[in-house]
Amino acid sequence: MDYQWDFGPVLRNLPLFLEGLAQTVRLSATAIAGGLAVGLALALMRLSGRRWLAWPAVAVIEFFRSTPPLVHLFWVFYALPILAGISLTPFLAAAIALSVQSGAFFAEVYRAGIVSVERGQWEAGRALGMRRGALMRRIVLPQALRRMVAPFVERAFELVKTTALAATLSYGELLYQAMVVVSRSFRPLEVYTAVAVIFFVLLFSASLVMRWVEARLSRGERR
Amino acid sequence: MTGAAILRTEGLHKRFGDLHVLRGIDLRVAEGERIAILGSSGSGKSTLLRCLNFMELPSAGRVFFHDRPVGTEETRGGATAVRYRERDLAALRRRVGMVFQSFNLFPHMTALENVMEGPLTVLRRGRGEAAAAARRQLARVGLEDRADEYPARLSGGQQQRVAIARALAMEPEVMLFDEPTSSLDPELVGEVLGVIKALAEEGRTMLLVTHELGFAYHVASRVLFLHEGRILEEGPPERLMKAPREERLRTFLARFSEFSF
Repeated sequence: MDYQWDFGPVLRNLPLFLEGLAQTVRLSATAIAGGLAVGLALALMRLSGRRWLAWPAVAVIEFFRSTPPLVHLFWVFYALPILAGISLTPFLAAAIALSVQSGAFFAEVYRAGIVSVERGQWEAGRALGMRRGALMRRIVLPQALRRMVAPFVERAFELVKTTALAATLSYGELLYQAMVVVSRSFRPLEVYTAVAVIFFVLLFSASLVMRWVEARLSRGERR
Repeated sequence: MTGAAILRTEGLHKRFGDLHVLRGIDLRVAEGERIAILGSSGSGKSTLLRCLNFMELPSAGRVFFHDRPVGTEETRGGATAVRYRERDLAALRRRVGMVFQSFNLFPHMTALENVMEGPLTVLRRGRGEAAAAARRQLARVGLEDRADEYPARLSGGQQQRVAIARALAMEPEVMLFDEPTSSLDPELVGEVLGVIKALAEEGRTMLLVTHELGFAYHVASRVLFLHEGRILEEGPPERLMKAPREERLRTFLARFSEFSF
């Protein structure tokens, strides 16, 4: 074991890594936002009590939960142009694929949260004359969201790590930049260690922030 | 009969699967009436109340609000069924207040926000107007100084008084009380009954499902005794509770006086 560690190439290419980090954050933020929206829509469809809405939602959720995200990326990026004539940039393709894929998981988190709100809360809202939209927006979702924070964060972390797959579409996120640096420097050990450290710092600081947010939210409820 | 009928039911039935809970209820609630509904558990008294604002949909029979039937009759393939649209039910519930046994305050809102919620969201009042009205309602139930507390910081009795204020804020024409004191510690029952009694004295129309026989006796203008999903006996409280005709009602009343001293 006399490997000579040399982080020189990593340091010399720091701007590339920072650019990659910025793109990873950009893609993650877009996919999380998209995933939360898609997930809410799927969950509301599934809980609507209308079969023609619920069944397609269940199909989408089960399909994306049971197939690998890499396939979704390839499908959106390579198959859409052929089948639908829609050509997408790697960023857009990755953002769409990851939004829908994570939306399928987020939908289940939403659903669990919504269903966990006690029947009495729904009844109290209805008894005031609220209709379904107001009931969801004012009574059910605010309570459900507080209970969903922890599982949401869990899924969001999973999603941030999944964005590394976008490297396969030549999208210039962190892993892609790392591969570029490796091909120049032939220092894969150092480069991928650096990638791991960057991901760790990113997600660990996010986790600290979310812990603080969660503590504040539960303070508001005072149950 | 006094006054115009606000609520009326005709041949109301409710089934939960094989369980036939209501077996034909004909009831007329005139303006200003205070109706206490008595009956042992499983007699259908809560279900009857919950059918009046459609927390439960009737299996058969109709509910009339100001003599207009709620829901629309639709004939499909020879069979006639009543269809209850969410819009129609919401419109009815806006004018019929309900207070639940388990309070059901919104835990993510303060007492004031709970009371404001109906006027704000359903009646689309302005925030300032809704807040001022909510403070008046809280004052009415003696809780103006707890306006900014979250429900978890209030006692059961206080929570139920906020729930009553929340229902009153909609300025309903009828109030439905579904065992409002049954989940309260005995020493907290009085404060809630006090509030309901004050409402009764204002001449408010109300229906009250309760096990507080003394309260029913003093506050109700009419008492119904439900047994196995039917109104077995009804009348003014003095007559019904002091000289019950039905054997079932006599046994029911006797069970309550067993330990009086």
